[in-house]
Amino acid sequence: MLLLHLARKSLTNRLLTTSLTALSIAFSVALLVGVENVRTGMRESFSNTVSGTDLVVGSRGGTIQLMLYAVFGMGSPVANISHDTWKEWDEHPAVSWTIPYALGDSHRGFRVIGTNDSFYEHYKYRGGQPIALAEGRAAQSVFDVVLGAQVAERLGYALGDRISVTHGMSAVGFMNHDEMPFEVVGVLEKTFTPVDRAIYVTLEGVTAIHMGWESGGPPMPGDEISAADVLAMEEVPVSQITSFFLGAESRAYTLQLQRDISTSEDEPLTAVIPGVALSEMWRGIGYAEDGLLVISGFVVLVGLLGMLVSIYTSLDARRREMAILRALGAGPRRIVSLLVLEAGTLSIIGALLGVAFVYVGLAALQPWLEGQFGLQVPIQALDGMQLMYIGTVIALGFVAGLVPALKAYRTALHDGLSVRI
Amino acid sequence: MVTDTPFCIDARDLSFAYAKGPPVLDIPELTIRSGERVFLYGPSGSGKTTLLGLIAGVLSPPPGTLSVLGHDIGGLSSAARDRFRASHIGYVFQMFNLIPYLNVRDNIALPVRINSERKKRLTGRLDEEVASAASHLGIEQLLDEKVTRLSVGQQQRVAAARAILGSPELIIADEPTSSLDANRRHAFLDLLFANVADAGSTLLFVSHDLGLADQFDRSLSLPELNRAGE
Repeated sequence: MLLLHLARKSLTNRLLTTSLTALSIAFSVALLVGVENVRTGMRESFSNTVSGTDLVVGSRGGTIQLMLYAVFGMGSPVANISHDTWKEWDEHPAVSWTIPYALGDSHRGFRVIGTNDSFYEHYKYRGGQPIALAEGRAAQSVFDVVLGAQVAERLGYALGDRISVTHGMSAVGFMNHDEMPFEVVGVLEKTFTPVDRAIYVTLEGVTAIHMGWESGGPPMPGDEISAADVLAMEEVPVSQITSFFLGAESRAYTLQLQRDISTSEDEPLTAVIPGVALSEMWRGIGYAEDGLLVISGFVVLVGLLGMLVSIYTSLDARRREMAILRALGAGPRRIVSLLVLEAGTLSIIGALLGVAFVYVGLAALQPWLEGQFGLQVPIQALDGMQLMYIGTVIALGFVAGLVPALKAYRTALHDGLSVRI
Repeated sequence: MVTDTPFCIDARDLSFAYAKGPPVLDIPELTIRSGERVFLYGPSGSGKTTLLGLIAGVLSPPPGTLSVLGHDIGGLSSAARDRFRASHIGYVFQMFNLIPYLNVRDNIALPVRINSERKKRLTGRLDEEVASAASHLGIEQLLDEKVTRLSVGQQQRVAAARAILGSPELIIADEPTSSLDANRRHAFLDLLFANVADAGSTLLFVSHDLGLADQFDRSLSLPELNRAGE
């Protein structure tokens, strides 16, 4: 009790130094805990890029490659899947729903994805949030276009605008499908996933773009098919898609379905469980954040060193205080305890303040982080890892107090009752 | 470890040397009876600090050579010496006696807070005793002041109040008046004497100012007692 009283009075007596020291510890703790929070947020955001989907299916190839082109909109598929094969799996009794994706075209650098109503109904991200239309409606007829949020933002398109779609992925396609004017009928809500960076049309729309291109090049003069021709068709035949997302009737079927699809004799396919693939991918790219953690660890060390230095330099001024305490009967152990307690108190205050900084900072920055980077950093109770960090900082604070305390112990023993000024 | 002696302080063949150094203290005999007010003349370099450190139990003398209040100081462990000092000895320094971050009240109460035996010697409640010690020394109106606001004379009176709190058997005053002017010096001494008499304590008063010696029961000269300096 006495020691606590003395430590408190001594600390408040040197309020400026004390607060600065506590602040520097607070900032380092805030950094450490904050980095851990952001790491968690990033990992969560990443592994929830797509959710609710049990399998992602594409032509036979690497699982990472399949995830990249089907989920992240990067790279291209090696081969297509026939419409019939997809339909077969779509109607499989263990399958609840599928979302077909037909990739390969672009509009001013953004991917064009041919899909169907199932996309608007079943595609989910980040903990099962469904995608939603910010305005307009889903694409239904051949020339309907729905824009991802980021596409709409970047290109400044509004409902009713007419756009053309390029064959292939280059931003300035020299083989423009100019003859096919698509019309913007809807814009999706922001999801902060790759969904925002794509343009959605119907499967028929993608087919229509390629009519007359079956030979691999532009249609010969005279063979062109105009928009009017397409619209006049009773049904636009869809023959191929690129990949599809699949929801099983029950989670329990997932592994069986994956095996069946991957070993199917009809067509060489690959099926991946997105959650598994995503965490595998995170393991590959997540190490960059470890670097961040190491750096904030060093920041904590520097903060504690600052405290050590500030206590150490105050020792000479406190030699008289030590002598008085000794004359009054305080043993050298008590003097050591007093200094260790002061350091410990500082680090506890610093740590608590740091945690408060994190929560205040998160509350203030959360909307901005989400708006700017699509990073959802959750405000939640400290996890075990973070509690361990904080505990370590506090323990190190006590240890740091031990260094000047042991020096004070020696000084106190040596000075005894003679008090030098 | 209790020794049988009628003296408050009883030193026989007391010698002391700091590690690896030559002896700084070598006293064949020094005895002070309980209740005596003794003036010890000690100019700097006479081993004064060392002697006080030994009597107060901050330094450890060879066993059997120094008995204070019947305790063989050399036979006590360092922790036991700390307890002994806290419960039986009041100590007043030359100057800067006070913990700067505690107010007057907390400074006076500190020895009792440090040691529970000293607390048992209190007859009343702690804050009453503190107030009473303060009023004995004429500083009762300063109890809630910051000690850094006090004059030197006031600080010394706070130190004296702290030393007599709980009436320890032995009060050691190490040049407590040397930072005071002549008028205040006498006023302080009068207060100290009155309080020591009330408490029935033994007073060991060390100074290099021989002009104060005639106010005491007895005066001793450390350079004459200590053979180590010769």
